Amino acid sequence: MIELPPMIIFFVGAGLVAVTRGSLRSTFLLAVPIFSALSLSGIPEGSHFNVALFDYELQLLRVDKLSLLFGYLFHLAALIAVIYSLHVRDTVQHVSGLLYAGSALGAVFAGDLITLFLAWEALALSSVFLILARRKSSAQAAAMRYLAVQVISGLILLAGVLVRLNELGSSAFTFIGLDSAGGVLIFTAFGIKCAFPLLHNWLTDAYPEATPTGAVFLSAFTTKVAIYALARGFPGTEILVYIGAVMTMFPIFYAVIENDLRRVLAYSMINQLGFMVVGIGLGTAMSINGAVSHAFNDVIFKGLLFMSMGAVLHQTGKINGSELGGLYKMMPFTTGFCIVGALSISAFPLFSGFVSKSMVMVAALDEGYPIVWLALLFASAGVFHHAGIKVPFFAFFAHDSGIRTRDPSFNMLFAMGIAALICIFNGVWPWLLYGLLPFPVTYEPFTATHVLAQSQLLLFSALAFAWLKLSGLYPPELKGVNIDADWIYRKPLNWIATTTLRVVSHWNEIASDAVVSCLGNLNRLVFRYSGPQGVFARTQESGSAALWVAIILAVSLLLYYF
Amino acid sequence: MSKQSPEFIPKDTNGPSPELPRIFDNPQNVKRFLIVLYAVCAAVLGLDFVVDRHIEHPWEGLFGFHALYGFTVCVTLVLVAKELRKVLMRSETYYDGDGDD
Repeated sequence: MIELPPMIIFFVGAGLVAVTRGSLRSTFLLAVPIFSALSLSGIPEGSHFNVALFDYELQLLRVDKLSLLFGYLFHLAALIAVIYSLHVRDTVQHVSGLLYAGSALGAVFAGDLITLFLAWEALALSSVFLILARRKSSAQAAAMRYLAVQVISGLILLAGVLVRLNELGSSAFTFIGLDSAGGVLIFTAFGIKCAFPLLHNWLTDAYPEATPTGAVFLSAFTTKVAIYALARGFPGTEILVYIGAVMTMFPIFYAVIENDLRRVLAYSMINQLGFMVVGIGLGTAMSINGAVSHAFNDVIFKGLLFMSMGAVLHQTGKINGSELGGLYKMMPFTTGFCIVGALSISAFPLFSGFVSKSMVMVAALDEGYPIVWLALLFASAGVFHHAGIKVPFFAFFAHDSGIRTRDPSFNMLFAMGIAALICIFNGVWPWLLYGLLPFPVTYEPFTATHVLAQSQLLLFSALAFAWLKLSGLYPPELKGVNIDADWIYRKPLNWIATTTLRVVSHWNEIASDAVVSCLGNLNRLVFRYSGPQGVFARTQESGSAALWVAIILAVSLLLYYF
Repeated sequence: MSKQSPEFIPKDTNGPSPELPRIFDNPQNVKRFLIVLYAVCAAVLGLDFVVDRHIEHPWEGLFGFHALYGFTVCVTLVLVAKELRKVLMRSETYYDGDGDD
């Protein structure tokens, strides 16, 4: 059997989906991830499907433990997202969903940096349609900002790759490190896609503007490709420990005061990415295992949370905490699935987050970063507080908002059910996931110490929520926007740009008026001399010329005789 | 106003008989739920005496460290975030009409 890169299968599948309708399209949508995963399972480790491009060899299918884990994860995520979106009658979303998942697979199987760059840009271009498909002006503006940031990330990556090619003469995608200019550029490009602090706003800006199904696709791929790329290129880079620690902490403050529940999830996504970034920065076998397995679990439980909030948005048309409440009566299944996702992201024992996040935290202590460990502990309590309690509480409980609705269609519930099962399975029986990790796992999650410590942390966080709520100290859900780092380019930079444009266009007008009047004068001058009445335009009759020739001839004849 | 999402189809409102009183409509049940929470909290704190823990850092060895830390940071988090709202919060239309695309 020919060893096809999954990206090609997904791209061909997207073409078939584009030209089919109805149940045939649904069949293709479901068949693509299943067929591609089966095809992948038959491919041995190593580098396959190399293509020559000018002087370079593109490695489209580098298969090893790390790329295989992300490869299977992305197939699973694509299948769940496809099932969740089966009811949608929108070709744009179905096609871009498959192209987007295919691009993510292209990136994780890329064996060289040029292939990575191509997949990197394909990720940006294919995913923007999942935001545009909302067909709202606010979504369109957010989509354009998203696209600009993603394309800039790609350009920085390209610059880094070219500098590196010049330095090393090789474009292999192996350990990169920060000790060269090319490495720093590539690190920055990865950092944008990974939502490093101050570079993160594209995520919290655009994901909540996507369609209910689009946000499920988006939550799975872009940031996890960045985690994969960091794990491949920059393991053990110490600055990542501190970047990751900041990433776990600052978003939870925003998450507490944010009203749009999908934006709360976007902030908590940055918080979860922070744990993975810390794990990669620590660079030990246990911490990398923790980072990678947490990426796996995060795709599933964050997808589950986005699916449950997508279901709320789809059914009620509302997503603000201030407008929701009491939905548990009408949407019992969605409520249950959301709670499973909430317990998983909060890392309750027997739910998936517990078996992966704790590896990173134990590694932080082992490697001598007690302050970072305290930060991660703070972030763990905080994520339970907002993603674990706030999201389900304000959507499904709190007060009765008066909304009357019901659970969404079967395909959406089914997709949530699969994700919830995986969350519980990985939490109860992590050994299957551990077997897929890049390094052998020596970590034992279910010791009395770990279980007790985590239970105390989370239960007392819940107690804090209950106390704050009962005492009236908890801030109410309010309508409004909270300014974040994107304020810099949405307000001052925007003002500078529009003011510059206004000044330039003012002077442009003056200058063009001056040029036009100069040209007018010149034109009149030329017209005076060369126009129909002008000196240069007078015509002489041919008879007068003949007369003059005759006169000259006569004069010369007379001169000849004398 | 912006248009509704193309996926949004208003559903009929015959949910699973929403008029029936549900579990948390009864304040007594909310109280019971909270009592269970308090009891479980007390139990896991009490387990600190019983369980022989294999700690990796001296701070972990303090009695009820995780419980106290979890409670304190959550209260701090919420109170700080509440104050941050005064600095960060703007009206919903704050970014509208900037032509920022």
